[in-house]
Amino acid sequence: MLKRVHFPPSLLPYLLVAPQVIITVVFFIWPASQAVYQSFLVEDAFGLSTEFVWFENFTYLWNSRQYLDTFGRTIYFSAAVAFLSMSFALILAGFADRVIRGSTIYRTLLIWPYAVAPVLAGALWLFMFNPTLGIIPFMLDNVGYDWNHYLNGNQAMCLVIIAAAWKQVAYNFLFYLAAMQSIPKSIIEAAAIDGAGPFRRFATVIFPLISPTTFFLLVVNAVYAFFETFGIIHAVTQGGPANATTTLVYKVYNDGFIGLDLGGSAAQSVILMILVIAMTVVQFRFIEKRVQY
Amino acid sequence: MAEIKLDSLTKTYGPTQVLYHVHADIEDGEFVVIVGPSGCGKSTLLRMIAGLESITTGEVSIGDKVVNGLEPADRDIAMVFQNYALYPHMSVRQNMAYGLKIRKQPKAEIERRVQEAADILEIGQYLDRKPRQLSGGQRQRVAMGRAIVRDPQVFLFDEPLSNLDAKLRVQMRLEIRKLQKRLGVTSIFVTHDQVEAMTLGDRLMVLNAGYVEQFGTPIELYDRPATIFVAGFIGSPAMNFLPATAANGTVTLGNGVSLPGADGVSGPVTFGIRPEHLVPDDTGPIRVCVQLFEALGANTLLHGVLEGTETAVVVSLPGHVTLEPGETRSFSAPPAAQHLFDSDSGARIEP
Repeated sequence: MLKRVHFPPSLLPYLLVAPQVIITVVFFIWPASQAVYQSFLVEDAFGLSTEFVWFENFTYLWNSRQYLDTFGRTIYFSAAVAFLSMSFALILAGFADRVIRGSTIYRTLLIWPYAVAPVLAGALWLFMFNPTLGIIPFMLDNVGYDWNHYLNGNQAMCLVIIAAAWKQVAYNFLFYLAAMQSIPKSIIEAAAIDGAGPFRRFATVIFPLISPTTFFLLVVNAVYAFFETFGIIHAVTQGGPANATTTLVYKVYNDGFIGLDLGGSAAQSVILMILVIAMTVVQFRFIEKRVQY
Repeated sequence: MAEIKLDSLTKTYGPTQVLYHVHADIEDGEFVVIVGPSGCGKSTLLRMIAGLESITTGEVSIGDKVVNGLEPADRDIAMVFQNYALYPHMSVRQNMAYGLKIRKQPKAEIERRVQEAADILEIGQYLDRKPRQLSGGQRQRVAMGRAIVRDPQVFLFDEPLSNLDAKLRVQMRLEIRKLQKRLGVTSIFVTHDQVEAMTLGDRLMVLNAGYVEQFGTPIELYDRPATIFVAGFIGSPAMNFLPATAANGTVTLGNGVSLPGADGVSGPVTFGIRPEHLVPDDTGPIRVCVQLFEALGANTLLHGVLEGTETAVVVSLPGHVTLEPGETRSFSAPPAAQHLFDSDSGARIEP
């Protein structure tokens, strides 16, 4: 028989978990439930009257061409950021893995961008690409290319993608480097003896072996591009020109705080919340199971 | 198939020198074992031959070609690693075919050679499994298979048996030996296990702290060890070393017992005799106080000290012998089994 240990009923365990529970309730559950509640309301711009309208905000979004465009744009933006930052990080990590002398300096320098605040990162890129002051439009002008992201939506999109990807390269680099260094050296040596050159080794041995990391980073980068690039976009383009760089998160802010459509903004937040939950489920479901050896 | 020449190879890492002027001429089809304690530079030497480690000075040639500047891929070698280094994401078949695929062999030819190697190693039924689904011994075979499908000029083995359990190790040892004889490929095998070295090698190279102590057949090393290090390293249990003084054709041990021998030598020497060469003899000059004994079945190991000294002595007695701790036994040492070494340099003194 298994003996069960009984503790006398006591207040202590409840007290010990109370801080965590209170924090979760106050900072997560309460705002989330408020957002859900808000999403069922329509309010006038002055906040004088509210009406309970059930799912009207959601059906409005569903039928809004603008919202669906924003959705598509966000997916495009996320995919571009994830692809750009991951592929660049992979290349850097591939080289860092081969560096023997000065590898600590190299690595430290590569990690720095991650420590830069998003708004500052945005400001840096803004200065570099400013059509009147920036160095890059000046150089592009010399080769006959006219850069003005204040007017050209595609260029604006390019700029926020580059800025957002740049910020994330450091993070991806760290994970890729760690993954590469955890591959036993002898496997690489065996491939070298088998006749595979550096590129072939990378493609047929290293890359398949770090695929769990790639999958993990894909999810993390998608989440990052979806939800954490507000600062960069706000600093660089404010969602413009003509909404060309308005992502879902930016639209939540714009509709809620600029447009003062609190109900519609809350409905968008709820949709984003569902997306986060879905992505987290995907992450937990697959990351430990799939692509493992 | 090819002979391998090592010409005055040295290796330094910064200020540390790990190999000193290694010379060797390895014949076509020969099986050479490099043996030595951990950190003696044996794996480094092998990796230099493979091209995985740069050569500081000296030359390595395979066949008639100096390979110093060649990539591992261009040296026409195959290597079996200690941890097998199988590609974990590929099946056994893909693992074995990898090198052939890179060399752009026709598909049918790859298939034929993989099948042939699988038959030799009896791993045909595992061809579609992943390495993680195999036991240690099976992985070992796959690693061997990956080496032999390539049909290289040289096999290099880097302690391939050290991750196997004792029984499997003995079995694989024999199989490697048989396989090497059958294929006739020049092979270099690195190990720290002297029994493995003795049983596998046509010739043994004993390395110690970066120096080649002796390079010869197992029996040469056993019968006429060139240095005190080789004498202590080859043979199990290890040779007994007794401090002694040589003068006027006799060797005087620490407790004053004199033995004939050592013509033309005088001064402090080390007297060596293998445990199995001490012959029980009630009138023998070497008297040993028994401390404890180990009955191994086929023989009995007596652990004791030379009477009147603190020098440890081990004697291997055939069959079952019952000994009492504290009693004293007498042995004689046949002159042919005695070894003398210079106390300072450790070099062998020929009688």
